[in-house]
Amino acid sequence: MVTAEAQPRVLTGQHFMNGDIACAEGALAAGCTFFAGYPITPSTEIAERLSRRLPELGGVYVQMEDELASIAAVLGGSWSGAKAMTATSGPGFTLMMENIGLGVMTETPCVVIDVQRGGPSTGLPTLVSQGDVMQAKWGSHGDYEPIAFAPASPQEMFDLTITAFNAAERFRMPVFVMADELIGHMTERVTIPSKDRISIVNRKRVPPGSENRLFYAPDEDLVPPMPIAGDGHAFHVTGLTHDERGYPAGDPLVHDRLVRRLTHKVQIAEKELSQVEELMTEDAEVVVVAYGAMSRSARQAVTLARERGIKAGLFRPITLWPFPYRKLRGLANQVSRFVVAEMNLGQIAREVERHLRRPATWVTHAGGRMIPPEEVLLALQETAR
Amino acid sequence: MSGELMVQDHPMDGLLRADRLPHIWCPGCGLGSIMSCLANAISESGTAPEKHAIVSGIGCTGRVAGYLKLDSFHTTHGRAIPFAIGLKLANPELKVTVFSGDGDLFSIGGNHFLHAARRNVDINVICVNNFNYGMTGGQCGPTTPTGARTTTTPFGNSEPAFNLPHLAASLGAVYVARWTSLHVRQVHRSMLNALRKPGFRFLEVISPCPVGFGKSNEIGEGLDEMRMYRTNSVVDPDADLQDAGIDMQKESPIVLGDFVDIERPVFVPSGVDIA
Amino acid sequence: MVRTQYRKPLDREQVAVPTGQVFVIVERCKGCRFCVEFCPEQVLAESTGINAKGYHYPVVAPDKEDACINCAFCKLVCPEFAIYTEAT
Repeated sequence: MVTAEAQPRVLTGQHFMNGDIACAEGALAAGCTFFAGYPITPSTEIAERLSRRLPELGGVYVQMEDELASIAAVLGGSWSGAKAMTATSGPGFTLMMENIGLGVMTETPCVVIDVQRGGPSTGLPTLVSQGDVMQAKWGSHGDYEPIAFAPASPQEMFDLTITAFNAAERFRMPVFVMADELIGHMTERVTIPSKDRISIVNRKRVPPGSENRLFYAPDEDLVPPMPIAGDGHAFHVTGLTHDERGYPAGDPLVHDRLVRRLTHKVQIAEKELSQVEELMTEDAEVVVVAYGAMSRSARQAVTLARERGIKAGLFRPITLWPFPYRKLRGLANQVSRFVVAEMNLGQIAREVERHLRRPATWVTHAGGRMIPPEEVLLALQETAR
Repeated sequence: MSGELMVQDHPMDGLLRADRLPHIWCPGCGLGSIMSCLANAISESGTAPEKHAIVSGIGCTGRVAGYLKLDSFHTTHGRAIPFAIGLKLANPELKVTVFSGDGDLFSIGGNHFLHAARRNVDINVICVNNFNYGMTGGQCGPTTPTGARTTTTPFGNSEPAFNLPHLAASLGAVYVARWTSLHVRQVHRSMLNALRKPGFRFLEVISPCPVGFGKSNEIGEGLDEMRMYRTNSVVDPDADLQDAGIDMQKESPIVLGDFVDIERPVFVPSGVDIA
Repeated sequence: MVRTQYRKPLDREQVAVPTGQVFVIVERCKGCRFCVEFCPEQVLAESTGINAKGYHYPVVAPDKEDACINCAFCKLVCPEFAIYTEAT
């Protein structure tokens, strides 16, 4: 209930905040008005936080009967004009895949938070992994180009959730925040700026009153303006391959053209989307690629390596998809040795090798605990030799 | 007076995507009739068509969304109801109707039906029951009568069929009715009643499926099944819904009527003021 | 027009039976015959000709030009939006 004591939407100030909570607050700061979800460790705190904050702000929090219903409700909410999101972990992410595909095909803006835990299957419900990062790329059937971000701190949980909402609105598709249990359950300093200093992107909307429009005819940026239910457009949305009217069109030419546009609209903006942190790479002779929680250990490993006279550096993708290959290849012009350290059995490592066209050293673990800096250091030492 | 006059347009074309007619449904299929009833009911509902939304799932019935000139959503198999819930909760002004088939709503979609009815979410659900999965060629589904032949029950269906009005009523749906696609006046009236009422409303409409079901079960054409509706159905709104199952035997009645019309608090998400 | 009335309403002299005009959209018809079968006045019959898809569409039967009472059952039951009536 909206009460006088309700906190403002943007909690400007310095906080000592849990990662999941920071994610929820980031969503609110981005303008989220709709959350439909299902509890799953270690993402439940996001739902719990929003179950209190959203109604206080006049938004909608609804707990659905399963993850399948949750993502469906999120898509429906988005078509009514809401900035909608859900939060889950591996098993729920898997369940959501079909409707993520629907979101991609129908160009529905929304945000899906995956706070990753050990998998496959029920796995390690309370412990970290990075095992879903390739699933974010290929999880639903068919071709599509996803957008995903990997926060490495509660601060980034806040910031990147806003980035995800903005990307969802800009590109009209589900956007993923690939968090993990370590970041989700960690408590750290989070600085929330004032509302006017947070930049928000809203979807291009078809103005009310336009009829008989080609609702799926794209603008120059390959993204069509979006009609909203109730505005009088009488538009049709379908998961079937459709033409520019939005009508089903079972034609191979139309299909290829549509699927290519859905991938191109993201690919042409790879530079705009690409966020990377580089640490001490200017003079590096060996670079470790690490993201999310694992980057914290890798960062320490770089420090340890430098202390031992190894010119090590860190390349930290913040955008996971589209993979920041341009920046990686740029770095590869001066650095020839790469280590990839991740809490899975080598998912981004494959991507790195593919783009570098040369092998890297893999430091992997299926999940459950952070790979200690000493292990990464060992790999750096061996690779530098 | 004269004989028939041949024309190009129909009075209901304003609510149809007439540029896509004729639709894909088979000759003798009842979906067009049921869609006709809905188009009429929407135009008479007292709410402007702009504020109506149609959500459908996958199957022949699901194609309805593509033929009605409204904000319409053809979603994934079984997930029309939660999608509709999202639409409705994010914009309570919308009048949301879910129009889908027996398999989409009660097989893959069963869980969502359960919870939406339990909560009494304010959506209107129309289920066209043709006793099989028609779009994929006539396989058995949860409403296929025991003994019926389908492409996946070549020896006769061994399962009992869902009794949909009984199920809906037991879950607390505030409006439950069943008619056939022959009873178009009653279907139209039931749809109007449903559109004017808040809460979880459920209408089952039995339809012929000559190619998917009739052909395998000695029913002949759609017209033959319609004749059977005429002779075999019994209008009994006070029927005990436990006995309202359908077995499609030549002697058994199909129980029809407006069975339930009650009031219950409509679903409001936790924390929202009930003004 | 002579109509067979099994029960004669007491006010049949005062109340006029409606009359209707049948309209057919030939190319939409798929020959299901719902309209022909269920018209309460048996106004319709199948055409001898066929439309482009090869279906026999409804036409007003011989001597039935004045029989339509504009009940609009055909309009509602036709799955193809291929037939309707208007009051005359």
